[in-house]
Amino acid sequence: MSAPGSSPARGVTLPRLVAWLAAAFLLLPLLVVIPISLTPERYLSLPTDSISFRHYGSLVSDGRWTKSILDSLIVGIGATVLATALGTAFAVGAWRLGVPLARRLRLLLLAPIIVPPIVHAIAFYRAWATLGLLDSYLGLILIHAMKGLPFVVLTVAGVLANLDPRLEQAARSLGADARQAMSWVVFPQIRAGIAAGAVFAFITSWDETIVALFVTSRAVTTLPRRIWEGLADNIDPAIAALGTVMILLTFVAVTITTLRGGKANA
Amino acid sequence: MSAVAPSQSASQGERLYWLMMLLPCAFLALLYVVPVLNVLVMSVTVPKPGLANYAELANNGAVQRTLWTTLRIGAITTGLVLLIGYAVAYALVHSGPRERQILLGIVVASFWISALIRAFAWIALLQSRGIVNSALMATGLIDSPLSLVRNELGVVIGMVHYMLPYAILPLYTNLRGIDDRLVPAARALGATPSQAFRWVFLPLSLPGLIGAGVIVMIFSLGFYITPAILGGGRIIMVAEFISVQISETLRWGLAAMLATVLLGAVLMLVTWLSRFMDVEQALRK
Repeated sequence: MSAPGSSPARGVTLPRLVAWLAAAFLLLPLLVVIPISLTPERYLSLPTDSISFRHYGSLVSDGRWTKSILDSLIVGIGATVLATALGTAFAVGAWRLGVPLARRLRLLLLAPIIVPPIVHAIAFYRAWATLGLLDSYLGLILIHAMKGLPFVVLTVAGVLANLDPRLEQAARSLGADARQAMSWVVFPQIRAGIAAGAVFAFITSWDETIVALFVTSRAVTTLPRRIWEGLADNIDPAIAALGTVMILLTFVAVTITTLRGGKANA
Repeated sequence: MSAVAPSQSASQGERLYWLMMLLPCAFLALLYVVPVLNVLVMSVTVPKPGLANYAELANNGAVQRTLWTTLRIGAITTGLVLLIGYAVAYALVHSGPRERQILLGIVVASFWISALIRAFAWIALLQSRGIVNSALMATGLIDSPLSLVRNELGVVIGMVHYMLPYAILPLYTNLRGIDDRLVPAARALGATPSQAFRWVFLPLSLPGLIGAGVIVMIFSLGFYITPAILGGGRIIMVAEFISVQISETLRWGLAAMLATVLLGAVLMLVTWLSRFMDVEQALRK
């Protein structure tokens, strides 16, 4: 860990020591997946004499991993499109109407992040059995869309809060109809919020484990389900290879956002 | 053009906005709220109408042990996370821009790593033939492996690791909002550094501490992945217990009752939380 040295004239205080220890605690255990992913063995181990990229190879050549990656992409993209469309529609409609009902309805839309996942997992399991949606792409896409919806509503509503509703009224009084005002005046101003919401929705779907364990089995096997099964029996070092890729992507994304001066903690 | 046309198009626009607002709500009401309500109803109707499932809270030892384990681990996790998280947030507020950027970067990045990958890393590190035990035995510090995982210690380590960013980020926002002239003012009026902290800074950060604590508690109570993997079937928290009732013993009534209790506890905490902070702000990732 690099020495804390950039703070002017503050010295090593207890909170700073704890902060760096905590950062090490957050970061270092994750990095253990990197050496494990390079082991030449078929079981969980650290490479001793040589390193091998065979586990990265199996992510792209082993049919079970490729199917899971594909399934996660299908479900993730489907859920993102649905969540982004519905979430944006709600946020814009509620913003434009500004009625008290909108605030109450917003609480309803936040339910999927407040209700403990196990509670809606068994609820979906029961309901989807009745509707015949178990183990289907559509079934999981609908669920993940509902889980992503709150994040889209929060981010888009956050951007809209800084947008003057009179802009839209001005466009309308200048002759634009509702659709034109929406697509030429409102939409361009909230594009960044919509994009951020879509990213949240996709990551929510990509990571979602518990509901997927209940409502899918053979036909749809997303990555978290595949990893879960891999952890349950013989631990496969390919999980470490996948973990390494995910961790590197995360750090690259966070570094880019931070360097751009964006609010990485938003 | 007649005067009617604009108002007609305005009401058409109105209708479009109502549709935009209500359609997503209808979608969620039908496909989310109804299934969840159905589970709540099942807690008093399955296997037969009545409160028999709730009587298990008083009679069933396994249920009581599970709830006690859940509360205990939730409380330990919340306590540790608040203690560490407060120190980190304090350091973040009082550090230079570069140090802050690096520390915040690590916190935010770890926030986004999935619970499964984290659990995998902890298993690799802590299991009996894992990296920590191998290293300790190779250096001769211990003769036989320490049991670091598949017990309560492993679950708490994994949960603190997962929950820390959830506490650090709201605490940091809260501490950043405290006027940084107050502590020097207290010092100038004769307080020692620790008095100034205890009587001025700490009370002002109490809402942040309570808010972060409630968030961590809410997530801890319903946590499934980390306790299930790092507890290895020996430490069973309520979410895993519910899952076992559904997939193995098929006791839907008991599972629905525990789900209802869990949901009730979480909703109570959220309501309480809304008195201290903007819940929407807190839930934003």
